[in-house]
Amino acid sequence: MKIRSSVRSAVSGAYQRPGLRMEMVRKAAIYGLLILGVGVFMLPLIVMVSTSLKSFTEINSYPPSFLPKKLIFTNYAEALVYRDTMFPRWTFNTIFIIGAILPGVVISSSLCAYGFARMTFPGRDLWFMLVLGSIMLPPQVTLIPLYILFYKIGWLNTFAPLIIPAWFGGGAINIFLLRQFYMQIPRELDEAAIIDGAGFMTIWWRIYVPLGRPALISVALLTILGNWNDFFGPLMYLNTPDNYTLALGLNAFRNYFPLLPRTDYLMAIATLMVLPMILMFLLAQRYIVQGFVTSGLKG
Amino acid sequence: MAVTVAHIPEKIRRQTSWTATLRGYLFILPVVLGLIIWTFGPMVASAYYSFTDYKIIFPAGFVGAKNYINLFTRDKQFINSLSVTIRYAIMFVALGQVTCLALAVLLTQKVRGMDFFRTFFYLPIIVPYVASSVLWKYLYNKEFGPIDGFLELLGLPAVNWLGSQDTVLLALVLMSVWSSATTTIIYVAGLQHIPEELLDAAKIDGGNGVQRFIYVTMPMLSPTIFFNVVTAVIGAFQFFTPAFIMTEGGPAKATYFYNYNLYEKAFKWLEMGYASAMAWVLFAIILFLTFLIFRSSPLWVYYDGEVR
Repeated sequence: MKIRSSVRSAVSGAYQRPGLRMEMVRKAAIYGLLILGVGVFMLPLIVMVSTSLKSFTEINSYPPSFLPKKLIFTNYAEALVYRDTMFPRWTFNTIFIIGAILPGVVISSSLCAYGFARMTFPGRDLWFMLVLGSIMLPPQVTLIPLYILFYKIGWLNTFAPLIIPAWFGGGAINIFLLRQFYMQIPRELDEAAIIDGAGFMTIWWRIYVPLGRPALISVALLTILGNWNDFFGPLMYLNTPDNYTLALGLNAFRNYFPLLPRTDYLMAIATLMVLPMILMFLLAQRYIVQGFVTSGLKG
Repeated sequence: MAVTVAHIPEKIRRQTSWTATLRGYLFILPVVLGLIIWTFGPMVASAYYSFTDYKIIFPAGFVGAKNYINLFTRDKQFINSLSVTIRYAIMFVALGQVTCLALAVLLTQKVRGMDFFRTFFYLPIIVPYVASSVLWKYLYNKEFGPIDGFLELLGLPAVNWLGSQDTVLLALVLMSVWSSATTTIIYVAGLQHIPEELLDAAKIDGGNGVQRFIYVTMPMLSPTIFFNVVTAVIGAFQFFTPAFIMTEGGPAKATYFYNYNLYEKAFKWLEMGYASAMAWVLFAIILFLTFLIFRSSPLWVYYDGEVR
């Protein structure tokens, strides 16, 4: 027994040692690559924050420095009230638009997704195909008629073109994402509720909304992210500075410096704009990543 | 009890009646109305405008296929913007897919703390294009930008990234690859879906890492690759914000992307009819490319359960 186990350990030791070393080399290589990759991918953001804290002379001097020699936090305060910029107003506008879009997206996409996932009626599959097909349509095709429509009904330079359409289904991808999730909820729950005399609205509200919460959170977070970052929509429909969103405001801010850009101020504003989204991502990474995965699974 | 059970089939049978149909449409009403008002209606209008000389201030006059003919025969800027976009798309698809797939392979290795590392690789997706455009414009700056500053410290010649026609597209591609963590996320999910048994079986059969990747991972991953390539091609044809902010289409129209050209035609020169024709050509191009990728897919996409 003793001999046998010692033989076995000797054999396995001889067998394992090169394997073990290989495994350690492999792990070291993986960690090396990971750290290198993190460095490369984080570098632009590090430079952004670092530059936002440098003095204007330091930015424009040679050789370039990586980290600020002296931290100039006043860059932020100065950038926020620079001449006739309206950063507090632009932030408020952005939050207001998101606040008005969010319930529309969440409620209408969830209702539609429930209809597509759980109800049987003629034409359902056709409409679902149309919803999915609309993802393929480049937005440029509808852009010009919509612009003319909004112009004719007096919606240009208001938030309406950005808000109202979101209440109509909340976007094809969101409907798809929620439908996929709702299809996995056992039908027996519906049947039990029907026996208890519940109507379909009750079933939606009492079963699908609560059980579908993770997917609904994904939809909400992706909506916040997409609209916080949206540039083209506001660029199309908003044209006076008091109506700008943060994205338009940051773009307008560039044009305050036609000759020598105040890179310190620009980076300070860019940092402030990115920061809430970074926090959201760190707090809810699981939901955001899951949202991207589910909307990518239809392929 | 027996009464209740007997009631269920009747209730389910009733669902196919016209009240059930009405109820179904009531639930999907938002998106049905939305598609009609915001998609199908405008599509019809846009198709009509594309055959007119509509300029928003004047009433539209019917011009037949003139817009389409002019696009392909007289408009040098159209051909240029198409060529810019296609060159960008090829570079972006090639570089982007290889980078994101390589990252995804790295991010699915089984080592401790991987979730922590993934966060950093995914983080660039939350950076708004406006902010990243402002940021990368500074990074690429010839005089004070950190990239050239670093190159010079190494004794290498500085590159006029955004100022030279030769490098500007590559510069935009690199920035886009940095922002395309969504692709990496989808590859990571795809890799995680590959059954462990298949890779183990290949290992037992003596397949080394490279062989396992080529003969097991790649075929199993091909539907994901397919999806990501289609998305990337469509994305390339939507490319706008960085060109608008960082290069304004220059230098010498080297980044005058298709979408940028369309935007200026419609909203700078107010040639709504002409721009509508451009939008439909864009749609046709995207459909054609998607169709090509679809048709080629049996050659390289392997779906589960398929016999080869």
